[in-house]
Amino acid sequence: MKKEENKPAGKKGFSRRNFLRGTGLTAAGMVVGTKGFAGEFAPAAAPVYGPDEVPVTLSVNDGSYQTLARPDEVLVDTLRERLDLTGTKLVCGRGACSACTVMVDDKPVCSCLTLTMEVQDKKITTIEGVADGDELHPIQQAFIDEDASMCGFCTPGMIMSCKSLLDRNSNPSLDEVKKAVRGNLCRCGTYPHVFKATLKAAERMG
Amino acid sequence: MKKFTWVQPDNIDEAQRQINAVTATIATGKTIQGAAVIKAGGVDLLDLMKENIIAPAKIVSINALPGLGKIGFDEKSGLRIGALVKLSDLEENAEIKKHYAALHESVSHAATPQIRNMATLGGNLAQRPRCWYFRSEDHKCLKKGGTKCFAQEGQNQIHGIFNTEICPCVHSSSVSTALVAFGAQVEITGAKGKLRNVPLAEFFVSPQVDVTRENILERGEIITALTVPAPPKGQKSWYIKQAAKESYDWALADAAVVAQMSGDTIKDVKIVLGAAAPTPYRATAAEQLLRGQKVSEKLAVQVGTAAVEGATPLAHNAYKVPMFKAIVKECVLNLV
Repeated sequence: MKKEENKPAGKKGFSRRNFLRGTGLTAAGMVVGTKGFAGEFAPAAAPVYGPDEVPVTLSVNDGSYQTLARPDEVLVDTLRERLDLTGTKLVCGRGACSACTVMVDDKPVCSCLTLTMEVQDKKITTIEGVADGDELHPIQQAFIDEDASMCGFCTPGMIMSCKSLLDRNSNPSLDEVKKAVRGNLCRCGTYPHVFKATLKAAERMG
Repeated sequence: MKKFTWVQPDNIDEAQRQINAVTATIATGKTIQGAAVIKAGGVDLLDLMKENIIAPAKIVSINALPGLGKIGFDEKSGLRIGALVKLSDLEENAEIKKHYAALHESVSHAATPQIRNMATLGGNLAQRPRCWYFRSEDHKCLKKGGTKCFAQEGQNQIHGIFNTEICPCVHSSSVSTALVAFGAQVEITGAKGKLRNVPLAEFFVSPQVDVTRENILERGEIITALTVPAPPKGQKSWYIKQAAKESYDWALADAAVVAQMSGDTIKDVKIVLGAAAPTPYRATAAEQLLRGQKVSEKLAVQVGTAAVEGATPLAHNAYKVPMFKAIVKECVLNLV
């Protein structure tokens, strides 16, 4: 893994440079569509990646990362295993619990059902990107103050949902908080504390 | 998930050239060399792959195809929704909320906020059923090319109460319940840009026609849009979904009622039940009771009863009958 702070990600995620680098690294695994090139002029066939690792560039928490990923790799695995961003948790892997919630282009999604290949041109925000350096985001501080975490496994995803709500709505009602976290399962049952924490954070952010 | 190759073409001809299979065919176990399937949001597709129901060799992502992510509305021509529009975009669309209340309701109760940010409308229509036997790699059921339907004698709490003889799986798209009631059409693009427009009600395939699939999509065909007729004057609609959990869940029963009202008299109406049958179910006898009538509590109860006329619930899902009665009644009362 190499983090290059100032290097912008390819505009569409698949720069020619990266693609060429990909063919070099994984020539054995590459299946490049060639039909389109036979005979007369035809539009270039879209490049086929994989099935083995190919280089990818990801924009995570305002940093640009160059790493490798297989086409079958989902974002939560790339974040945790390759970028060492282990704050995002994998639980059900089926989009049913939202523990793995990250934001892609400022919208909360399940990173367990997101192919890494497909978010190369997107802005990814994980739980690690919520605080400002050592200063916690008000929603994080409110989770601590309101005891909104027990075992803590759902907490990163829960915070992403609550933060996304506060980004869109600075003064949410209790009902709106409930709706925002309705996909996030907490088996410890911390919901009432999560609701309180979110309302308190909104108040503080005023 | 097994390894696969991945390609993301930026034009539809190239996407169609790359695709050589539909998920339904490979789920039956039929071998297709280098099976390449279409992927949009991927919510259902990756789930099927993680459960080892299908293992395609290649994924053809259509997410870079241009022009499929827009919603357009015009009071004369109606609503046009690109196939790659996310459910959350539908939910937030003000015109849909204003003119197609039942559609707005159905979308905003579908899945979780996260999934709605990922799931596309096209994928929602083309998703496979949630029957636990179908989703279990250990059960080679009729839908997967086997010889037995395990739900008939097994756990059938979530299954249908109409047309249950062959495979009682219900279609999982609760958004379709509303869309069928609005008379929506699916625009399908085939090879060489050939378009066909099909009423959504006819897009779905019943087990009698082919138990191994739920829709008419042929290999290489791509849903490109969905159109909904302009709202006629006096159109009112409502939708209710009943699930086991209030937070989010698959529908145990859902219903959409779309009516053309003249004052408080119903001129015409469509009533559609979801999670009731293998395809969205038109409750025509119930509709007949409402036409030309004024809505009253008494009539709404009769309509609810008529909606479940002829139901053949299975051993564990008779509870759905009173559930449908209740939600159809509530939908009708919400029209006025």
